[in-house]
Amino acid sequence: MAEAALRFRNDDPVEEPAVTLDAFIEQTSASAVRIEAGDDPRRLIPHLGRVKLVEVGFPRFRDGRGFSTARVLREAGYDGEIRAEGDILVDLIFFMRRCGFDSFAPQAPLGRADVDAALSRYDYVYQHAADGAVPIWKLRHG
Amino acid sequence: MRLLTGNDLKSGAVIWWTGRDWSLHVEDAADVGEAGEAILQAEEGARRVNTPYIIDGTPTPGGPRPAHIKDRIRALGPTVRPDLTLKPADPAAGDWVI
Amino acid sequence: MYEYDRYDQAMVDARVEDFRDQTRRRIAGELTEDQFKPLRLKNGLYLQLHAYMLRVAIPYGTFNSRQMRKLADIARKYDRGYGHFTTRQNIQYNWIKLEEAPDLLAELATVEMHAIQTSGESIRNISADQYAGAAADEICDPRPWAELLRQATTFHPEFSYLPRKFKIAVISSKEDRAALRWHDCALRIVRNEAGEEGFEVYAGGGMGRTPFIAYKIRDFLPSGQIFSYLQAILRVWNMHARRDNIHKQRMKILVHDLGEEEFRRQVEEQFEHFLTLGTDFPQAEYDRIAAFFAPPPFETGLSDDIDLSDPDFALWVDRQVIAHKAPGYAIANISLKPVGGIPGDISAEQMERVADLAERYSFDEIRATHAQNLVLPHVRKADLYAVWQALDAAGLADANLDLVTDIIACPGLDYCSLANARSIPIAQKIAQRFADAERQRDIGELKIKISGCINACGHHHAGQIGILGVDRKGTENYQLLLGGSGAEDTSQAKITGPGFDEEGIVDAVERTIERYRELRTDGERFLDTYRRVGMDPFKEAIYG
Ligand code: HEM
Ligand code: SF4
Repeated sequence: MAEAALRFRNDDPVEEPAVTLDAFIEQTSASAVRIEAGDDPRRLIPHLGRVKLVEVGFPRFRDGRGFSTARVLREAGYDGEIRAEGDILVDLIFFMRRCGFDSFAPQAPLGRADVDAALSRYDYVYQHAADGAVPIWKLRHG
Repeated sequence: MRLLTGNDLKSGAVIWWTGRDWSLHVEDAADVGEAGEAILQAEEGARRVNTPYIIDGTPTPGGPRPAHIKDRIRALGPTVRPDLTLKPADPAAGDWVI
Repeated sequence: MYEYDRYDQAMVDARVEDFRDQTRRRIAGELTEDQFKPLRLKNGLYLQLHAYMLRVAIPYGTFNSRQMRKLADIARKYDRGYGHFTTRQNIQYNWIKLEEAPDLLAELATVEMHAIQTSGESIRNISADQYAGAAADEICDPRPWAELLRQATTFHPEFSYLPRKFKIAVISSKEDRAALRWHDCALRIVRNEAGEEGFEVYAGGGMGRTPFIAYKIRDFLPSGQIFSYLQAILRVWNMHARRDNIHKQRMKILVHDLGEEEFRRQVEEQFEHFLTLGTDFPQAEYDRIAAFFAPPPFETGLSDDIDLSDPDFALWVDRQVIAHKAPGYAIANISLKPVGGIPGDISAEQMERVADLAERYSFDEIRATHAQNLVLPHVRKADLYAVWQALDAAGLADANLDLVTDIIACPGLDYCSLANARSIPIAQKIAQRFADAERQRDIGELKIKISGCINACGHHHAGQIGILGVDRKGTENYQLLLGGSGAEDTSQAKITGPGFDEEGIVDAVERTIERYRELRTDGERFLDTYRRVGMDPFKEAIYG
């Protein structure tokens, strides 16, 4: 399991190793799971009660399957940690936060200043996602 | 002969390796022989060129002639806008491409 | 026409700064080309043969004189005095410098324009009927929905790193002027029996190397639920679609692999889920947007007569002018296809002339069409003569809409790094061969579409006559296709047989057309004759 270099949570990080989705579903004692691009995250939904950490793999940063994975889990009510691991560029972080990721373990280190700039660049958003940001249409209509 | 070409990172202009530097003119291109890959790596790393690649060409009295039509069009400019090519004053320049 | 408020402006301005920073990091060496390429593509910047190319969005094809003048300024200041209108209601500049691109974008933003999501694996500029708001046959103006969807799909966090590009089109008439079913997702506004507006939804269309015509996946979707439905489609695709072969990642391949039924089932399942999330835009937001598209203040009591005593003008009216929904008004098409010219190209000076005409005669509106032409949508019939004279003076008064010289052509090997062969010279040679106006009119509607490679940017799959450039042992070669359509009778063109060289393809087109003239019955278009008699008589004429 990759350690999170960037974390947007106050609770203690989970120390337990993340197991594959298949293994997690079988091993009822596991609490950390790794979802690879291509796994169907909806299989985890019946087991969310015991999940403390979901690690989502990004094999190549252009592979955007993990964005859906995070949002699907947040929509199902999961509020534990969702960590993005792999080929993560600073240009993805804003979208990842919006989809519900709250920790990051990038292969190549990200500069904190770049991350902060990327996260504060857009003051508004056009649509709902998993982050609770208020869409522009709502601001317009009060 | 083997030629090294690419686009200038900042301007996007087509450029040719002259043996020491880059030129806009294919006439200046040097035969890179077996050294192409190493120069390519170094120059791309130094960000003097974007998307460099090595091509085959033939030496002619007028200078190197790229083997593929695509690189001849790159060397000259769009055949349908002779005024925007590197040889706007030469009405026959397009014949070199074909 | 839609106007930005401070939120829309803030989004576009922020994107300019975002891109400025990305460009800086690339030039400083913090980003490799591999990393930068998807980022610049999300902002319409390609690296082409001779320079960088920038594709600027004209959302749903509608723009005004101020924007057109800015496009002209940009052509002069950052490019070489011209632009190229594409088949997806965008404009491309061919000679852009990377280091200047951020400034260019900042200038565009001052007139509420951008290059956001005009390329790359994102939800692209949404196209629409170019006659929207003017057409006599529309149910309603489709553009408020297109604008609503533009906002909903801009920087969508879940769908910004899709498997491939995703193209949406919206129309609201039976006649299809937007190549609807050649899109990944196509929406046609319809009314149900209760008189409510909704969408007929098609999915899985696309051209490229594996062409598919979109399937209808919904007969009627209540219009207020469109964003839920669209997200459902996108999520099914995004989660499923393979990432191991770039040629198999378009949604059309998934729809085909899963089968229409299974794809629809999964979309409906996700749709039910999205409806529970409350992400759809409310009616009030639709109403706010729709107010911008209220019909302009058309004068009433105008005459429908046009003085056609000038024969050249009469020919132009006959070809370029289309019925408008308001009495006394007309839709005027501007050809960007002069014989011997470059299809879709327009000079900065011509842009300014069109801007002047729009401002003076067309309630300040201009439209770009998927056939690479322009439109003045709301011209008083009484003003048509003045408009025509001004167009004529600007070299824009060709009368060839939908005729054999109104050719769609992609940039091809003259500009494009992916090309196998040049497209523009073929378009020019065919146009010259058929330059005679009388001959063109005799042939009638004939849509020729040329692509310089299998990517099909020139819509060759949808050409009544399509031409595809291929590389045959290092030389340019052209395949001929017949029988395609991008209209409501959508069909995919079929290859006739072995390809031709540059001269040969022009001859083959001519032989095809001559055979059609022999075979046609009264009133039959080329496409009708082809559909009646099939490929064989044409093959015989072409290959002997
Ligand atoms: C010159 C630079 C251009 C490049 C590098 C380029 C690249 C591509 C590529 C790679 C595809 C295939 C996409 C796929 O199959 O997934 C494509 C498709 C397409 N392009 Fe372009 N294109 C260029 C210019 C244009 C222009 C000028 C037009 C309009 C005239 C255009 C309109 C289209 C259309 C309509 C498609 C077909 C979409 C589909 O497959 O459904 N492109 N382009
Ligand atoms: S069809 Fe091919 S040659 Fe033509 S613009 Fe598209 S990618 Fe380039």
